[in-house]
Amino acid sequence: MLRSFFLFLFLTLTSVVSQAQEIEVCKTCEVKTIQAAVDMAEDGDILRIKSETYKEHDISIIDKSLTIIGEGFPVIDAEMQGTAISIRAENFSIEGLKIINVGRSHTNDFTGILVSNSKNFEVKNNRLDQVFFGILLERSSEGTVSGNIITSNAKSQSTSGNGVHIWKSEEITVKNNEVIGLRDGIYLEFVNNSEIINNLCKDNLRYGLHFMFSDHDLYKGNIFENNGAGVAVMYSKFIDMQENQFRKNWGSASYGLLLKEINDSELRNNIFEDNTIAISADNTNRIDYIENDFRNNGYAIRIRGAVYDNNFKRNNFLYNSFDVAYTGRLNNNKFSNNYWSGYSGYDLNRDGIGDVPFRPVTLFSYLVNKTPEAIVLLRSTFIDLLDFSEKVSPIFTPADLIDAQPQMKKIQW
Amino acid sequence: MVNITNLHKKFGPLVVLNGLNLKTPESGIIAVLGPNGSGKTTLIKSILGMVVPQNGEIEVNGERVKKHWNYRKNIDYLPQIANFPGNLKVQELIDMIKDLRDKEARDQELIDLFKLEPFLQKKLSNLSGGSKQKVNLVLCFMFDSPLIILDEPTSGLDPVSLIRLRKLIQREKEKGKTILITSHIMNFVEEISDRIVFLLEGQIYFNGTVEELKTSTGEKDFEHAIANILTENHA
Amino acid sequence: MLKILKYSFYDLSRSLWSYVYFFFYLLLGVVLLFLNNDLSNAVITLMNVIIILVPLIGTIFGVMYFYNSREFTELLLAQPVRRSSIFFGQYLGVAISLSASLILGLGLPFIIYGLFQSGAIWDFASLLVSGVFLTFIFTALAFNIALSHENKIKGFGLAILLWLFLAVVYDGLFLLSLVYFQDYPLDKFSLVASMLNPIDLSRILILLKLDISALLGYTGAVFKQFFGTGLGAFTSIAVLSLWVILPVWRIKYISAKKDF
Repeated sequence: MLRSFFLFLFLTLTSVVSQAQEIEVCKTCEVKTIQAAVDMAEDGDILRIKSETYKEHDISIIDKSLTIIGEGFPVIDAEMQGTAISIRAENFSIEGLKIINVGRSHTNDFTGILVSNSKNFEVKNNRLDQVFFGILLERSSEGTVSGNIITSNAKSQSTSGNGVHIWKSEEITVKNNEVIGLRDGIYLEFVNNSEIINNLCKDNLRYGLHFMFSDHDLYKGNIFENNGAGVAVMYSKFIDMQENQFRKNWGSASYGLLLKEINDSELRNNIFEDNTIAISADNTNRIDYIENDFRNNGYAIRIRGAVYDNNFKRNNFLYNSFDVAYTGRLNNNKFSNNYWSGYSGYDLNRDGIGDVPFRPVTLFSYLVNKTPEAIVLLRSTFIDLLDFSEKVSPIFTPADLIDAQPQMKKIQW
Repeated sequence: MVNITNLHKKFGPLVVLNGLNLKTPESGIIAVLGPNGSGKTTLIKSILGMVVPQNGEIEVNGERVKKHWNYRKNIDYLPQIANFPGNLKVQELIDMIKDLRDKEARDQELIDLFKLEPFLQKKLSNLSGGSKQKVNLVLCFMFDSPLIILDEPTSGLDPVSLIRLRKLIQREKEKGKTILITSHIMNFVEEISDRIVFLLEGQIYFNGTVEELKTSTGEKDFEHAIANILTENHA
Repeated sequence: MLKILKYSFYDLSRSLWSYVYFFFYLLLGVVLLFLNNDLSNAVITLMNVIIILVPLIGTIFGVMYFYNSREFTELLLAQPVRRSSIFFGQYLGVAISLSASLILGLGLPFIIYGLFQSGAIWDFASLLVSGVFLTFIFTALAFNIALSHENKIKGFGLAILLWLFLAVVYDGLFLLSLVYFQDYPLDKFSLVASMLNPIDLSRILILLKLDISALLGYTGAVFKQFFGTGLGAFTSIAVLSLWVILPVWRIKYISAKKDF
C-alpha cells in the first residue's frame, strides 16, 4: 500500500519533470514566433522569450498551463491590429513582456493581456505602452496582477480603455502596478473578495479606481493622483479602504473619492490632499471614517442626500476651504474627536479636548449651496465676520451638527 | 513788475478780493496794509499761485501766473507763519530748497548775518519762534531774485535781528528789486516803505507814498493816518 | 517731481511709522513661516492680512502723511515747482515706501525660509503684486480725501469709512443681492461686481492661485472661462491699474483748483 503510493509519487514527479520542457523564442532560434511556441508547448512548459521585437497580435493560449517569461523585456508590437495576448487557462503566469500598440476599437475591447475564464494565474512585471485596455480579466478567480506598468495617452473617454479592467471575478489581487494615462486606472465590476494594494494611478482621464457592484474588497496603500476623479466607489458594500492617498484631483466637479450607495464600509488612515472635493458621499450608510487626513481641499466632505449612520472620528481637517458641506438633516451622522485647523476654542482643563464644540458647517458653505455664485466671496472679510457670528449663534446651519470633542492638537496616527 | 487786473477771490460765501487792480513800480518797497481779513495774505498767495482766483489776471514780469510755475523762479517769498517739516534739520532744509531751486545761493552770508551757525544741525521742531523766523529769512533771501514778497517779516524777531533785517531790506532795494511787505509794525512800515497800498473790502483803498497818505488823511502821524482810514470807513 | 519724490521718501524714511509698518510685516512673515511651517498656509493667512490691512494702512498713512506734511507742501508751493509734481511726488513717496515695507518685510523672511526652492513662489508673487496695487490704490484714494477736506477729523473719518465700505460693506451688499436675486443668472453680475471693488479683485487674483479656481467651476462656465484665461488676468490687471490711474488723475484735478 505504502510502496505503491511512493511509486505513484515517483512516477508523477518524473512525468512532470520529463514533460516540463523549456522553449526559447528568438529570431535565430528554432521557434521564431510566440504563437508558434505556444502552439507546440504543453502543460507546464516554460516559454523563454528573448529580447527582440515580435510583430504579433491575437496570440491565443487556450487550456495550457504555461509559464511565459520575457528576458530583457521583449517587445510584442500588436501594430494597432487588436489584442496582443489572450488566455483562457489555469495555473499560468506571464511576466517580463513589453506590449505596445494595441488596437483601438469602438466595438471590441482590444487588450494588452486578456485573461478570461481562468483560475490561479499570475500576470506580473510586464510593461504595456500605447494600449487600449491594459490587462483585462473576466470570469476569473484566484489571480494576481502585480508589478505591471501600464501607460497610454488617453485623449477622450470613447477612444480609450482601462488600465486594469476586472469583470465578474473573485479573489483577485492587484498589487504594485502603475497605471498612467488611461481612461480608468483600475476598473472593477462584480468583483468580490479581492485586494487592490500599493498601486499608483496617475493622470487617468476618468477615475483612478472605479468600483461598481463589488463587495468585500480591500484597497490599501494606493496613490491616486491627478485623475479626472480619484476613486469612485458605487453600489457596493463591505469595502475596506486603508492608507490610500487621494491627491490633486483638481477641477470643477472633480473629487478624490466619490461614495455612492455604499454600505458597511470603513475608511482608515487615508490622506486626501488638494482635491476640489475630497469625499462626496451620496446614499451611504454605516460608514466609518477614522483617522484620515484632509488637507488643502476645496471641500473636505460633501454630504449629499440620504446619508445615515456615518461616523467621522479622529480625522484631521487641515486648511480646507470648507470642512463639511451638508445637505438635508443630520440623520444620525456623527462627528467626534476630530482635529479641525479652523477651531479657535480653548481647553481650560487641559485634557486635549476643546471645551467648546466645533461647528464644521459654516454659514458660508450653506450660502454657497443655495447660491453657488457666492463662492466669489470666499475668504472675504465680510464672510469671515458672517461665519463668526453664525458660529456664536447658529441660525441657518444645523444646530446639532457639531463635533463636541474637538481635539486641540493634530491627531498622530 | 506785478500787474494785477480785476482780481476776484471768494472762499465759499466770503468775498476776500473784489475786483482788485494793482500795478507795482519796477523797483522799491511797497507795503501792503489793511485791517485783519482785508485780503493781504490772499493777495500775496494769489501772486504766488498758491491761491487760485475766480477771476482776474495776474502778471509777474509780463508772465501770466495762472497755470504757470516757472515765473516763481524770480520770486523770493517769506511766508507769514514759518511752518517747516519738523523732522528736518536746518541745514537739510536749506540744502533741500537750494536743490529745488537749482540756483546760486548766498546762504552762508545770511547764516552769518543772523547768527544761525549753532542751529544748523538742530531739528526745526526744536527751534524757537524767532530762530524759525531767521531760518525763514535765510531761505527767502538766499536766491537774490528781482521780486521779494515778505509776509510779516518782523514777527518774533529780537531788536538786533530786526535792525539787521531792516538793513538787509534796504540793501536789496538798492539793487533795484521790487519788495512787497505786509506788516503790523507801523513804524517799521513807515521807515522802509516807498509806497503804501491799503486794502479795504477786497479792493485797493489807497495807493501812494507815506507823505501822500498823511496829507490825504490830514494826520501828521503815520499810525494815526492809518487809524483814520479805518475809523472813517467803519463809522 | 523726482526731487519732491526724493524728499518725501527721505522724510518718510525718518518717520517711525515706516519702520513700524516694516517690522510689523517682518514679524508677521517670520511668525507665520516659522510657527506654521507650511508655506501655502502662510500664504492664505497672509492674504487675509493683505486684503484687510494693506488698504487700511494705505488709507490712514496717506491721510496722515498729507495732513502732517502741510507745511512742507506750503513751502514747496512757493517754489518754482509744478503743482501736480508736488502732489504726485508726495503720493509716490508714500505709496513706494509703503510698498517697499511690504515687499521687504514679507519678502525677507520668505527668502530666508527658502521661497525660491518652493512652488509657492508664484502664490507669493501674486500676493505681493496685489498688495502693491492695493497700496497704490488706497494711498491715492486717501490723498483724494485729504485734498478735498481741510478738516483732519473729517478726512480721517471719511478715509476709514471708505475702507470699511470697500473691505466689508460692499461684500455684504454683494452677497445680499446674490441671495435676493438667486433665481436669475448671476454669473455675469458677480463677475462684474467682483471686478469693481479692488479689494475683491485682489482677493480673487490671489485665490485663483490657491483654492478658488476649482471651486469656481460650480458657478458656471463664465467665471472659469474668464479668470482661467489670459484675458481674465489682463482685464484684472487693467482694472486694478484703472483704480490707480483714476484717483491719481483726480489728485491732479483737485490740487490744481485748491487754495493753500
